[in-house]
Amino acid sequence: MFVGLLVFLPIGAITLEALRSGLASIWDQIRNPQALAALGLSLRMAMIMVLINVVTGTATAWVMVRNPVPLRGLLNALVDIPFAIPTVVTGMMLVVLYGPRSVLGALFADRGISVVFDRPGIVLALLFVTFPFVVRAVQPVLEEMEVDMEEAARTLGAGRVKTFLLVVLPTLMPAILSGAALSFSRALGEFGSIIIVAGNIPMRTQVASVYIFGEIESGNTGGALGLSIVLLIISFLVLFSLNLLQKRSRRYAATD
Amino acid sequence: MPQQTERVTLAVKKRFSLGRHALTMVVMAWFAMLILFPLWGIVRETFRYSWTAILDTLQSPSSLHAFWMTLILTVCSVVVNTVLGTISALVLSRQRFFGKVLLESCIDLPFAISPVVAGFMLILLFGPRSWLGSVLESVNLKVVYAFPGMLLATLFVTMPFVIKEILPVLRAFGVEQEESAAVLGANKWQTFRRVTLPSIRWGLGYGITLTIARSIGEFGAVLVVSGSIMQRTQTATLRVHDQFTDLNYAGAFSAALALALVSFGILNFIQYTNRRKGE
Repeated sequence: MFVGLLVFLPIGAITLEALRSGLASIWDQIRNPQALAALGLSLRMAMIMVLINVVTGTATAWVMVRNPVPLRGLLNALVDIPFAIPTVVTGMMLVVLYGPRSVLGALFADRGISVVFDRPGIVLALLFVTFPFVVRAVQPVLEEMEVDMEEAARTLGAGRVKTFLLVVLPTLMPAILSGAALSFSRALGEFGSIIIVAGNIPMRTQVASVYIFGEIESGNTGGALGLSIVLLIISFLVLFSLNLLQKRSRRYAATD
Repeated sequence: MPQQTERVTLAVKKRFSLGRHALTMVVMAWFAMLILFPLWGIVRETFRYSWTAILDTLQSPSSLHAFWMTLILTVCSVVVNTVLGTISALVLSRQRFFGKVLLESCIDLPFAISPVVAGFMLILLFGPRSWLGSVLESVNLKVVYAFPGMLLATLFVTMPFVIKEILPVLRAFGVEQEESAAVLGANKWQTFRRVTLPSIRWGLGYGITLTIARSIGEFGAVLVVSGSIMQRTQTATLRVHDQFTDLNYAGAFSAALALALVSFGILNFIQYTNRRKGE
């Protein structure tokens, strides 16, 4: 079947290749300092992005649902832009905006901050490509949510912050977490925008996917295999926990 | 008493509003900085070059070929995804078979897997060193560094869109209406065309627009599989990247802007189909 062939055959191929080359040699490839640095960088950048996106994404969804926003329809449409725009184009936009030739880039450079071809650029690119995930996960839940509970909490004397933390946030939590998981897995795999914004400087701006690409290009299948397997395992784990999360929230919804 | 509650709510609303406007402003500013500023940047950068320069690079044979490749890939992946995606979703929602749960949880995998890893897996599967690759080579079918591989890569990354969009619709829709149609003497195809298809129409449309967007924009997986050979296996995004790394900025930015404009058109379709889907 379509799904089976398209997904299982390639995964089977990589597992076979891994078994053939032996676990020991794969372990050696992963322990290579450059590979480890790339993996660590990917994980760290994705974590930073998720922390920022969880806050800003929830705030954006909140504002779009609850507050009177000028041009709400347009804003709502523009949220999906990162899904529509090719990642390569995203990378180039960031280079134009923050690159050495731009006004902003020069401003940052004066203060000793480099964005493009450095790590802040990676975070910016990740923020851009994953922006819709949290917003689109939280938005429908907020739309369905009644304001009664919040008003009750407020009339009972809870402050604004307390109401949000104790009443709104627990309801939104599953949606926020699933948005975070989706953006995390997307960020770990992101390639197009990063290779343009951050380039391919080993130990500094080389993320896992770029490292894998480099190894493939230079014909080093073993090196590519190691990190690919690690990324695959992480993807499986994220997907697995996401399924678990969805099942759980569905069960809660059923008992309500 | 009612008057008092009203006053309380009013007071709540009034106190809310200052913070509320501040929050709105902060969100709008963040949005502008993250999304709108870069968009404006690329428009401005492209128009630093003269119109003739822009049109010249867009009309060069390599660029035209690259756009043509992207178009063919997109059309093929849309056709395959629409037909096989709909069939898969029908099977998943209507039939029971061994391994169904496993298969269902794997639908999302292509979204979770890095495109580079996806491309790499295809090379391992169909590459010249692999068993399957050598078999196909002997019948003169080249997959890797050729069109079939690029199509497979695009299909891999876009496979979930259609299935994920119509699967919940099919589940919610149920089989009663299809059964009545069958009882009334409609054959399978008639039932599908007259009963099932109208109900999944907008979900399918939404899935297809997302497929188009992703097919046009896909870079990592196609780059790994195709090798980006100019005028042969180079798609529009690969062309943009190639020109960018060659410091041919006029070419890179005009092609990028062209792609961005296409994305805007697609964005409209995404909005439209999504809205209709919700109705």
